[in-house]
Amino acid sequence: MSWLGIKTPWGELKKKGVVGLNKRNADYIMGYNQRHFYPLVDNKIITKRLALEKGIPVPKLYGHIELEHQSSRLEALLEDVPEFVIKPACGSGGNGILVITGKTNNGQYRRSNDSLMSLSEIRHHVSNVLSGMYSLGGDTDSAIIEYCVQFDPCFQTVSYKGVPDIRLIVFRGIPLFAMIRLPTRQSGGRANLHQGAVGVGIDLNSGLTCGAVYHSQLTHRHPDTGATLPGMEIPQWERILELGAQCYELAPLGYLGVDIVLDKNLGPLMLELNARPGLAIQIANQQGLQPILEYGKKLGTIPDSATQRVKLGQLIHRKFQTHQNPG
Amino acid sequence: MKSPKIGVIAFMLVALALGLSYYKHSELGLPLLPAQQADVWTVEAKLQFKATGGKPVKASFYIPKDTPGFLKLNEDFISSNYGLAIENDELNRQASWAVRRAKDKQVLYYRVELTSNGHEQTKRNYPRRPPYPKVPSYEEPLGSAVQATLEEVRAHSADIVTFTRELLRRLNQPNPDQNISLINKVGHGSTEWVRQLVDILAGARIPARIVYVLPLQDLVKHGTLVPWIEVHNDFEWIAFEPTTGKQGIQQDTLVWRTGDDPIATITGGQPAVVDFSISRHALSQVSVAEQWALQSNSKLMDFSLFALPVQTQNVYRIILMVPIGALVIVVLRNLVGLATFGTFMPVLIALAFRETELIWGIFMFTLLLIVGLLLRLYLEKLKLLLVPRLAAVLTIVIFLIAFFSVLSVRLELERGLSVALFPVVILAMTIERMSIVIEENGSQEAFKLGLGSLIAAIIGYLAMTNEMLGHILFVFPETLLIVLAITLLLGRYTGYRLFELWRFRGLLKEADKL
Repeated sequence: MSWLGIKTPWGELKKKGVVGLNKRNADYIMGYNQRHFYPLVDNKIITKRLALEKGIPVPKLYGHIELEHQSSRLEALLEDVPEFVIKPACGSGGNGILVITGKTNNGQYRRSNDSLMSLSEIRHHVSNVLSGMYSLGGDTDSAIIEYCVQFDPCFQTVSYKGVPDIRLIVFRGIPLFAMIRLPTRQSGGRANLHQGAVGVGIDLNSGLTCGAVYHSQLTHRHPDTGATLPGMEIPQWERILELGAQCYELAPLGYLGVDIVLDKNLGPLMLELNARPGLAIQIANQQGLQPILEYGKKLGTIPDSATQRVKLGQLIHRKFQTHQNPG
Repeated sequence: MKSPKIGVIAFMLVALALGLSYYKHSELGLPLLPAQQADVWTVEAKLQFKATGGKPVKASFYIPKDTPGFLKLNEDFISSNYGLAIENDELNRQASWAVRRAKDKQVLYYRVELTSNGHEQTKRNYPRRPPYPKVPSYEEPLGSAVQATLEEVRAHSADIVTFTRELLRRLNQPNPDQNISLINKVGHGSTEWVRQLVDILAGARIPARIVYVLPLQDLVKHGTLVPWIEVHNDFEWIAFEPTTGKQGIQQDTLVWRTGDDPIATITGGQPAVVDFSISRHALSQVSVAEQWALQSNSKLMDFSLFALPVQTQNVYRIILMVPIGALVIVVLRNLVGLATFGTFMPVLIALAFRETELIWGIFMFTLLLIVGLLLRLYLEKLKLLLVPRLAAVLTIVIFLIAFFSVLSVRLELERGLSVALFPVVILAMTIERMSIVIEENGSQEAFKLGLGSLIAAIIGYLAMTNEMLGHILFVFPETLLIVLAITLLLGRYTGYRLFELWRFRGLLKEADKL
């Protein structure tokens, strides 16, 4: 939409096929995500249960606290597990997640940011979660205690105190976009881009990282560790994509965000699903979503097998890449 | 727009709103601009008489019937213990007061409020044509003078109207000839003279009658009715001011009654003294339209907001502005991309600003937020559960508001009192949310959201206090349909938000490199 040949930021974005929030909400979320499937992804307990039924690997559930008085069981529950994560079942934006990485000799718990916490403080956190402080609509919530992911050492140099996760955009069951989100000092160990995590785009075919985005700006280095970000190879890439594609069978949302973590012992684990995945992935990949999503819209039949869908996604990508950079 | 249906719905809503508003503006006279004022005349007639005592008293008094050129807004009869009946005939209306026993001085009032109806309605149609009068026999030497004058006037005129005009012109000449002087002997301009005029016109077989009019002038304490003359030209009665010869009922002239019998008749008492007092005041056209609609039984006005009690009306004056605030939020969020605390929280803050005025509102809002946040940070240490903590913050907010009010009274800052109108629950929720955002996402994010909310509230306030918009929405509430139509259209807007151009700048730089 260049007006009289003048380059406007508006027109440039449009030309790159960048999807804005309004378009995402109106055309993709409203168009492909039926509301009655939302609880499947908004409540992580339900997601976890469904995933186990479908044989999708997830972090092990240690405990589920639904009522205030159940928190008295916390101590017994936590006795055997030195490392665990407590998070709200219906949390949003990575809020309310407490990562405990160890216990001290005097019974204190060590958080991922090295601060110490007593059991009563943990109990207070749980009761905050239960009262709905972090839930989407402020409704009462339940707390999940689960396995704390031991992330793959290949990410050691590019993350600051936290677990990097891989975000896939799965459109109609086809994984079409990928990025890895790296925690920074500023994001407080969380892998959320608007809290200051770094997003690095991943090429769907090769599993190699490309451009990175930090606070909506392009970057090449991790702001804390200084490691070069493009050119990393993501291990078990095909498996990760397949996992993402499988998640569509779990929650039939046409426009789905899948968060996957890579555990050094257990391999890729599905962490959570998102019915309203963000748009920063476009900056990380230096590519607008629209042309590929519009192409995906027009596809007549979608293969039943997840492996086939991964292949289809990679094919679509190759097609658009050669289209973009001929030769 | 993507969906043609929404376009059609929006168009229909706008058309409906504009159609209704146009009707209300053109037919009911509801003004489009807020400050439009209309002159309202209050005419009070006072009847004084002395009752004979011990006998029943009956007082009949002519009151205006049709008020051509005016809208009758309101009518009052003040007559302590008298019974009242109103009688209508073809020409006039009469108020009849009656009481079984009355003694000494009696005072009766009739009051009417009028406003000009905009178009000069001078025609007064009556179904029946009066019979041609018989030629009266005048006494000499008046008879010959009249005859001679009539001859001359007839020679200089073509029909009844021009005849009357010519006759009046001659009678009102500054240097009259002998015949005219003789006619004017009864006293030029007197009631007797006007009666004589009817007789003179009868000489030419022209039906004529006297109407009494009240010239409306501000601050008249002792006004009197002035006799005018009306002639019938086979179709209608045409009024003339006899002393100037001007045709038609003038502006600011109220036709009180037709006929020449005494204006007030008293039985059981001495003849009444009638006094008129007139005053004028400006009233907003809205209230004029409102009062008139009540009188004229317009169905549309029955279902308008004016049918509500005034207090409820004032509530609606504010409530009707809320959609405008909501529209501002829609624009700011979906078109600009401004992030705020809560969707409609800024609208409620803006509503509070209405009472506090902008600068004070911003100042007090910020102050409350900061002090509340500091206290909330202390509460955090107490490790309270969510709902009790919210209740505690709410209590603190109310306490702070009360404290500010008392403090501002001590400092003699009257504006400070309006702080009490801040929506306390919303403030408490905002403080709670803000403290969570500070904890979770850092104070920078919280500051950004807080600033966004404040900006949204300010813009919302400016839109919601717009006098013009407020007037239009209250007088023509159907224009809310236009707001609805705009909201629907914006609901299908899928283009970029203004801030997204900034957010995706990382993508643009790459484009420049290529």
